[in-house]
Amino acid sequence: MADEVKNFKVTIDNISIDVAPGTTILNAARMIGGDVTPPAMCYYSKLQGSGGKCRTCLVEVAAGSTADPRPMPKLVASCRTTVMDGMIVKNITSDKVIDARNGVVEFLLINHPLDCPICDQAGECHLQDLGYDHGKESTRYKFARRTFVREDIGPYIQLHMTRCILCYRCTYVADQITNKRVHGVVDRGDHAAISTYISKAIDNDFSGNMIDVCPVGALTDKTFRFKNRVWFTKPVDAHRNCETPGCCGKATLWLRGDEVFRVTARKDQWGEVQSYDGKTGWICNTCRFDKKKTSDWIVEGLTSISRHSVIGANKYKTLEMPHETVQKVMHGVRPKLLMDIHNVSEVNNPNIHLSELERPAKGTDFKKASQHPVNEDKAEQEAQFGKTEK
Amino acid sequence: MQALTNRAKAVDRRPMSIWEKMYLPAIAKGMMITLSHVVKKRPTINYPEKQRPFSPVFRGLHILNRDAEGRENCTACGLCAVACPAEAITMEAAERQPGEENLYREEKYAARYEINMLRCIFCGLCEEACPKDAIYLSETFTPADYQRKQFIYGKKDLLIPHPLQEPEAYKKALGNRAKKETVN
Repeated sequence: MADEVKNFKVTIDNISIDVAPGTTILNAARMIGGDVTPPAMCYYSKLQGSGGKCRTCLVEVAAGSTADPRPMPKLVASCRTTVMDGMIVKNITSDKVIDARNGVVEFLLINHPLDCPICDQAGECHLQDLGYDHGKESTRYKFARRTFVREDIGPYIQLHMTRCILCYRCTYVADQITNKRVHGVVDRGDHAAISTYISKAIDNDFSGNMIDVCPVGALTDKTFRFKNRVWFTKPVDAHRNCETPGCCGKATLWLRGDEVFRVTARKDQWGEVQSYDGKTGWICNTCRFDKKKTSDWIVEGLTSISRHSVIGANKYKTLEMPHETVQKVMHGVRPKLLMDIHNVSEVNNPNIHLSELERPAKGTDFKKASQHPVNEDKAEQEAQFGKTEK
Repeated sequence: MQALTNRAKAVDRRPMSIWEKMYLPAIAKGMMITLSHVVKKRPTINYPEKQRPFSPVFRGLHILNRDAEGRENCTACGLCAVACPAEAITMEAAERQPGEENLYREEKYAARYEINMLRCIFCGLCEEACPKDAIYLSETFTPADYQRKQFIYGKKDLLIPHPLQEPEAYKKALGNRAKKETVN
């Protein structure tokens, strides 16, 4: 950075940092990192003009600047307020902020259906995290929750308007990444809803990125809908040579065994799509919805998941399958299985590949191949041990 | 060697006296103990005919609950499976189709739900994790069997009988615990 630009010194929760003029308080706090960073539901650093809507990032400014050290009279939205030299900001050290944030979360959850057991976003939902940190145990709202008529906005994206918190991120994605926006927020106040013009299907090549920027489960992947829970799938980093201009080809695959259940853009520590060399790593719809085979991708390695996240639960922390040792030690003799679970179990049938369905699974999808799968090893095994079957 | 506790008793190795050599007093003493048990209250019961009441916190075979209209409560959210320390629970979800509203309570349901009773340790964490009131550990033991494959319990083994179509079986499946809850 050139020498003539004088950096501003800002103190957030007693931690000082020098930042360039024009930086917002939120970005300065992100540079410090950790608990000092206010949560953000609507602000998205990769989308211009985002922020200022959800009010979860409210902070207290205890001193405006060195020149004018008076405190700001009200809490300010840190994503929209730029720092001044000598500014003193209080985030988690201020009771006023914590109290206000609890109130904001209560407001955000007033009309939220709380259908996390059904919602595909559960496990990676920012509203869920926020609710856990700041939410009340029960609601004080006595009235019926606002509902919407279910609207179909295309073959790839599922819209659940009841879960929406109106952060406008998806409209910014459509404005700034796709060449034509065909959806927006219609009506106002309590009735405001994300919708397409005359139920026009969203079919732009980059529309799938709306799923990634949605902080809640309002926009979810229809090809992944109800297939699996996020925490049962294993995220791995992978890339492919995508010919679509603008697509970075770097993605996270959400695997179960060898099946690719979902493809998303890679996320950074703030839950935003990662940047590569200053360019945001958006991925195109071909990568996201059509390349659902591991052979389409070059797997780089496991995605690092915070150990506090449920997504890392119950998984081998390696890419290699655990190998059988019995056969090695016994000079090629296979272990005698008392029971092959696939002969008995109806779940995880090797003949049914849910990830290959373009739509959510129906009850009939399971009946189709309900006959017990032919185990490839079984014939071989029987040759060796005689019939092991019951 | 120094004793760790002062409870150790040295073995009495003195030769027996005539009184002890006769054995008869010791036999009489033993018989007295035996006979005293005839009049004492028996601590055991004749099991299959008579059964002890279960403890209110007993955790037995799982049951998948239905609501009052007979719709399945389970939405296949996977919280029981992620809570399960033995990894005994597996499931596959499906979307409810139009016309199936009387079968499933919410738009997603468990098309397949399986508990591997060979793995299950009956800790009850699935019951605690369930947000939909769908899984309960009942007052039944898992029946013994000769074959391993009988211990893979699917939905047809776990679902509670339909409260409207089979009210008696449903009442029986609810067990004593449910009665207590309605009294209170």
